[in-house]
Amino acid sequence: MLALRLSAYTVVSALGRGCSATLDALRHTRSGLVRKTWETVTLDTCIGEVEGLDDFVLREDLAAFDCRNNRLAQMALESDGFAEAVRAAIARHGASRVGVFLGTSTSGILSSEIAFREPHRAHDTGVWATHDYRRTHNTYSVGDFVRSYFGLEGPAWVASTACSSSAKVFADAQRMMACGLIDAAIVGGVDTLCLTTLYGFNSLQLVSGQACRPYDAARDGISIGEAGAFILVERGELAQPGDILMTGVGESSDAHHMSSPHPEGLGARNAMQAALDMAGLTPADIGYINLHGTATPSNDAAEGKGVAGLFGGQTPCSSTKGHTGHTLGAAGGVEAIVCALALEHGFAPAGAGTTHVDESIPVNYLLENLNLPLRHVLSNSFGFGGSNASLVLSKAEG
Amino acid sequence: MNMRVHLDGIGLLGPGLPGWETSRAVLAGREAFHLTPLVLPPAEALPPAERRRVGLPVKLSMAIGFEAVRHAGADARALASVFSSTGGDCDNCHAILEVLASDDRSVSPTRFHNSVHNAPAGYWSIATQSMAPSTSLCAYDATFSAGLLNAASQVVTTGKPCLLLAYDTAYPEPLYSLRPIPHAVGIALLLSPHAGEKTLASLSLSLCADAADTMTEPALEQLRQQVPTARALPLLARIASGEPGRVVIDYLERLALSIEVGA
Repeated sequence: MLALRLSAYTVVSALGRGCSATLDALRHTRSGLVRKTWETVTLDTCIGEVEGLDDFVLREDLAAFDCRNNRLAQMALESDGFAEAVRAAIARHGASRVGVFLGTSTSGILSSEIAFREPHRAHDTGVWATHDYRRTHNTYSVGDFVRSYFGLEGPAWVASTACSSSAKVFADAQRMMACGLIDAAIVGGVDTLCLTTLYGFNSLQLVSGQACRPYDAARDGISIGEAGAFILVERGELAQPGDILMTGVGESSDAHHMSSPHPEGLGARNAMQAALDMAGLTPADIGYINLHGTATPSNDAAEGKGVAGLFGGQTPCSSTKGHTGHTLGAAGGVEAIVCALALEHGFAPAGAGTTHVDESIPVNYLLENLNLPLRHVLSNSFGFGGSNASLVLSKAEG
Repeated sequence: MNMRVHLDGIGLLGPGLPGWETSRAVLAGREAFHLTPLVLPPAEALPPAERRRVGLPVKLSMAIGFEAVRHAGADARALASVFSSTGGDCDNCHAILEVLASDDRSVSPTRFHNSVHNAPAGYWSIATQSMAPSTSLCAYDATFSAGLLNAASQVVTTGKPCLLLAYDTAYPEPLYSLRPIPHAVGIALLLSPHAGEKTLASLSLSLCADAADTMTEPALEQLRQQVPTARALPLLARIASGEPGRVVIDYLERLALSIEVGA
């Protein structure tokens, strides 16, 4: 199996812009979730909003892409020196040898949500005269935006498998690199607040009235967040001691239900096992698990059964959705970076928001940060439609 | 760099294209093409309760998927899959946007879980009981080649077969004018790492900067240009002809997919 080196990475979420803001929030178990209204949404709920998007201006030549999702994409590309790292990779490999494989669930659908409010939908007046479906609403929009931002000429697509999207793109990049079609790729994902998800999850009665409490006995639903996460990946053999590698990725389907997980966490367990197999590791090698942990009663119970069944009850684990909210199609990318920070800085982050761990879930859920040297960690991302992905991230040995 | 895979089954549904076997002569230019309306079978493989909830994309992808699987004599339960579509379920998306623009924003829970781009993949996995990996992707007009690259790279790296299910449907107005897709089209390709009894052709894929091949028949060429999934028609025409040779299909700007079709 070809490992991927995480050559550069950046994340913007309700925790702030960039890895250092994220690390600081993890160190202090600080949540970015706030009870507030957003746009015209009046639901009484807590959200994980990224500050500064409303007046963020896209690069002039990319103005046609303007929408909340692509604003967050550009904000993230310009954090942590990520864009500079990509440009250096383009100089090394060539613009046609760098792929773009990103995840999103709702892309820039907010633009169409707003356009649909126009009573007159004539295409020569008002919002509809300028509404750019292709560059905002379409699922590929963020892939097109990032490819255009860097003038890339390599292969690209956007994966959209609900909340596993930006974990699965690591597998896409790994396979394309193993086939020799690319030397580097930008992976990750962007998902932003929109009415579709806020009202949609509300209709399924899956939204908590307070900041979400993953794995808590009193958990009662998700809090929706938004985030952009980008990772530049290159061949693993380039890794120097201390570098972070993706050493395994496992994918599976539940084949069970469109919006509920397999009750025994069978699909989840298959994905975790496949990731371990690819990495050539056993469960005992994993020092920390970043759980999917959405904080709905059924999701956490099912995932917990899968984790306990495979790992037993000792492996330290937590969900960081109490920090960021559930960032949906961006969650896999965000949590891969949380895992990279955990490996880099030698600590397993506690879950924010949770106070009384559900005793019926026999896992070692962290309520306090645990300082320990980490060599291998695992990240879970599961989505509607029964789409599961697990990543193993490792620290290159010194 | 070449990726070599074997094609074991094809599913095809579109206007005037009622299945792979019946459409071969038309695609090979031996019979005239008539743009007759698409006829879809019901999604028989789903439990009745689920069958009532699903829209055109699920019925279309299920029909082409099962056609390709039957052709290859494969076990759908064991197959990894790649679903590629530019817009997913456009009717469902329109209905949600209408509700969100109204005074009562109560989105139907079924409409919401059907709104994910991977909804057809979810229904497929439930219908086939396949727990194998599945992804769903989009690359606007480049969606078909993106899906083919993804599926082929899976076959090459995992050594297991992979089913590509490409489909496109249309939005109603007002989005139709911004994304006019006049016909629903679905194409499924079952790719395998090794040649077998059912193998129709070998495919060697590579990226190139050449212009895409076009269809000789004007109405098929129009379809190719109008529907992202139909960008695959030159590949199907080459396979239908039974003659080995190279075909180029559209991918992204300045980037196309070269496919050497072998016996």
